[in-house]
Amino acid sequence: MSPLAFFVLSLVLFSLGTLAFLVKRDLITQFMAIEIMLNAANLAMIAASRLMVSLDGQIVVFFVITVAAAEAAVGLAIILLIYRQKKNIRTEEINLLKG
Amino acid sequence: MEVFLFYLLALISVASVVAMILTRHQAYNALLLAVAFTSLGGLFALLKAPFIATVQIIIYAGAIMVLFIFVIMMIDLRQPFPPLRRKWVLALGAFLLAIIFLELILVIRTLPGTNSSAAPDFGHPTPLGRLLFSRYLYAFEITSILIVVAIVGSLYLARRKEKK
Amino acid sequence: MSEYFWLIPLFPAASTLILVIFGRWLPKKYVSFQAPLAVLLSFIFGLAAFLKISRPGLEHEVTSLSQTLFPWIHSGNFQIDFTLRFDPLTAVMVLVVTGVGFIIHVYSIGYMAEDRSYTRYFALLNLFTFAMLLLVMAGNMVLMFVGWEGVGLCSYLLIGFWFEKPAAASAGKKAFIVNRIGDAAFLLGLFFLIFNLKTASFPEINQALLEGKISPTLATLIALLFFVGATGKSAQIPLYVWLPDAMEGPTPVSALIHAATMVTAGVYMVSRLNLLYSYSGVAADVVAVIGALTAFYAGTIALTQFDIKRVLAYSTISQIGYMFLGCGVGAYAAGMFHLYTHAFFKSLLFLAAGSVMHALSGELDMRRMGGLKKYLPITYPTFIIGAITIAGVPFFSGFFSKDAILTHCYAQGKYFLWLLGLCGAIITAFYMFRLIFLTFHGEERFSAEVRHHLHESPPVMTIPLIVLAFFSIVAGYIGLPVVFGHGLNLFDQFLEPVLRGAAETHLSLSTEWLLIIISSLIALAGIGLAYLFYQKSPHLPHLLASKFPGLYRLLFNKYYVDELYEAAFVNPLVKGSEAVYYKFDLPVIDGAVNGSARTMNFLGRILSLIQTGLIRDYALIFILGVAIILGLIVF
Repeated sequence: MSPLAFFVLSLVLFSLGTLAFLVKRDLITQFMAIEIMLNAANLAMIAASRLMVSLDGQIVVFFVITVAAAEAAVGLAIILLIYRQKKNIRTEEINLLKG
Repeated sequence: MEVFLFYLLALISVASVVAMILTRHQAYNALLLAVAFTSLGGLFALLKAPFIATVQIIIYAGAIMVLFIFVIMMIDLRQPFPPLRRKWVLALGAFLLAIIFLELILVIRTLPGTNSSAAPDFGHPTPLGRLLFSRYLYAFEITSILIVVAIVGSLYLARRKEKK
Repeated sequence: MSEYFWLIPLFPAASTLILVIFGRWLPKKYVSFQAPLAVLLSFIFGLAAFLKISRPGLEHEVTSLSQTLFPWIHSGNFQIDFTLRFDPLTAVMVLVVTGVGFIIHVYSIGYMAEDRSYTRYFALLNLFTFAMLLLVMAGNMVLMFVGWEGVGLCSYLLIGFWFEKPAAASAGKKAFIVNRIGDAAFLLGLFFLIFNLKTASFPEINQALLEGKISPTLATLIALLFFVGATGKSAQIPLYVWLPDAMEGPTPVSALIHAATMVTAGVYMVSRLNLLYSYSGVAADVVAVIGALTAFYAGTIALTQFDIKRVLAYSTISQIGYMFLGCGVGAYAAGMFHLYTHAFFKSLLFLAAGSVMHALSGELDMRRMGGLKKYLPITYPTFIIGAITIAGVPFFSGFFSKDAILTHCYAQGKYFLWLLGLCGAIITAFYMFRLIFLTFHGEERFSAEVRHHLHESPPVMTIPLIVLAFFSIVAGYIGLPVVFGHGLNLFDQFLEPVLRGAAETHLSLSTEWLLIIISSLIALAGIGLAYLFYQKSPHLPHLLASKFPGLYRLLFNKYYVDELYEAAFVNPLVKGSEAVYYKFDLPVIDGAVNGSARTMNFLGRILSLIQTGLIRDYALIFILGVAIILGLIVF
């Protein structure tokens, strides 16, 4: 099984994830797109680990998954707060950092 | 056999992501995402990373997506969106993405085309555990602190405010 | 002690520093003690150095002391060090500056007693002393220029000491600006000198001159440029106009700076460069002619002035003209001799005038004085002694010095200049005694109010007067002319090793006697005429003025020179500056500065458009960045 295919797949998934991020207009879905991007990167990492026959790649993915979980928790809490404040989660309406 | 599995899983994951882009309904998005995660877990297993694959499915498809569903249920997402302005941003983004895609394809072509043989317990918990508790012990401990911080943080952020 | 002669300028410098930094907290009594003490210390050290170099016939004769304090400018082959020298010429200047300076410091304690900027006054006076000592002790032209500028600065600060008075402030400005014009010429001369000789130190300059390394044209150019600077500093034609205005400053300042020391710096410079001036005959002639002309010209103006200090100011200009006349005809020693005696009697006259003003509560117009001789028992006789000395009456010091100059003039064959000098002498005697008669004799023309406060000055002011009067009489005896015997001119002999460019004079004894008798008669004639005009027949001046109204107006208005300069130089410059300001400075320079600010503002505002606050746009920029960086890595 050629490892190149995995890398290409990872690349495709990453691009799709970024596209999703740009296209979607509500926070929750954009957050989901970010998770896709992370997973694409994880795939590439595992493929590389298999290619190099080194377990370090898998360890890194282990940590990435863990940190992604923590980040998801906090991020979702923040989204909840935003919803409580503005009663909607349309990304375009959050522009307090303008200028 | 392997090849077939690869193409199957790849197809599933790509299809679910594409469907995710096309769907407006958040709950469906979450489901499709879970499917994508699971197929990715399968791919990990194909790559001789059984432990990670398991972890992926348990944590990602299991815990994280459940979190998402919880939040989706708490939020009212039925309001319509105003019309999209500045569509050129999307076009530009797509264009740049294409460029990045091409650049990285060039990189990938330079990689070796076959896998070398690996040990029989490659990717199994034991060697991983050994590595985790020796070389990556420091990161391991810090990550546990990180998780505690995340728990406390998200609990605090999302708490219900007392009514005056 | 004489090996520490280089400390001489440093005592007043240290005193200035202390007064400037700590002055606010120092009691007046202490300031009165420290400032004169610094000058006194300089005098003592100067005396020690003088004694060291003035013992002829000794086994190891020392004719000059030199000390390099530190290397200063090193640029390629060109080198200027901070070198102080003490040779006979310097000795004369140092002793005059510190001696008379000390006396004036003491006088100032009384004169400035009620002034509210007492400490600032003494700090400036000490600073001036330091700069002047630096000027006369410098071992090279560049260091001398530092002192030259320094005294100019102090002159400005002291003339405008009472800066709240607009007249004083503008007088200070005028002094500095006119001086600056002279200094520009001085610098130009300095540049030519350094460019051609690669050195500015005096021994090396003299060496180069003796070896004939300079062409006469170049020497003339340099000498003339330096002399223009001297006309500014020493108030000769054409740059004298600041000195009468400088009388706005306190009277002791006028005595010290504008009579005894700073204004004589030009004479010192010419004497120091005597080889240069003698080598270039043209330059020496120019010096002599300007000197003689100024001596006569300033005297004529003094004839008509009523401000007691103005009379003395023009008198100073006139007397310095005599000094330059002496130098110009090759009698550098005579010029220096007159500088030395003039220091005593001119400062005496100024201080005594200050005493008169002090007694009359600040009055300085002679038309409101008169009959003061019975009220000022010490000031009056000392003033008379000063007047007699400056008039050139025999056996007083002024006679010996002025006569030396005029005799040399005649001996060099410059008869026209000699005649001018004589005319100047009779005018001098006349206006001095006019001053005496108007001030001290005749009817009392001051108000009853002033009469009420009339009093002789305190001892701290009158004792300096007495001391100066004493020296005015005896100082001349170290330079006795040949008629009284050969080898009695100790002054000339002392200065001889330095003044190698001096011209030899040989006159028969009978000619010398004749010249002396003529000078004496001239002096007495002047006094007699003054008596006639102002005591015996007081209607005469008025009669003469009405008979020649044009001439009188011309003299009274100082030949309208100030107005001429104003129209020819000042106004065009001011108008030109205004034009430049409005046409160029404001639009172009301010425009550039404001313009760059506005551009930045504009750019900033454009750039801020990127920050929309929307996450999508920021993500786009992310992606853009990634694309670029990846591109850089891949390619």
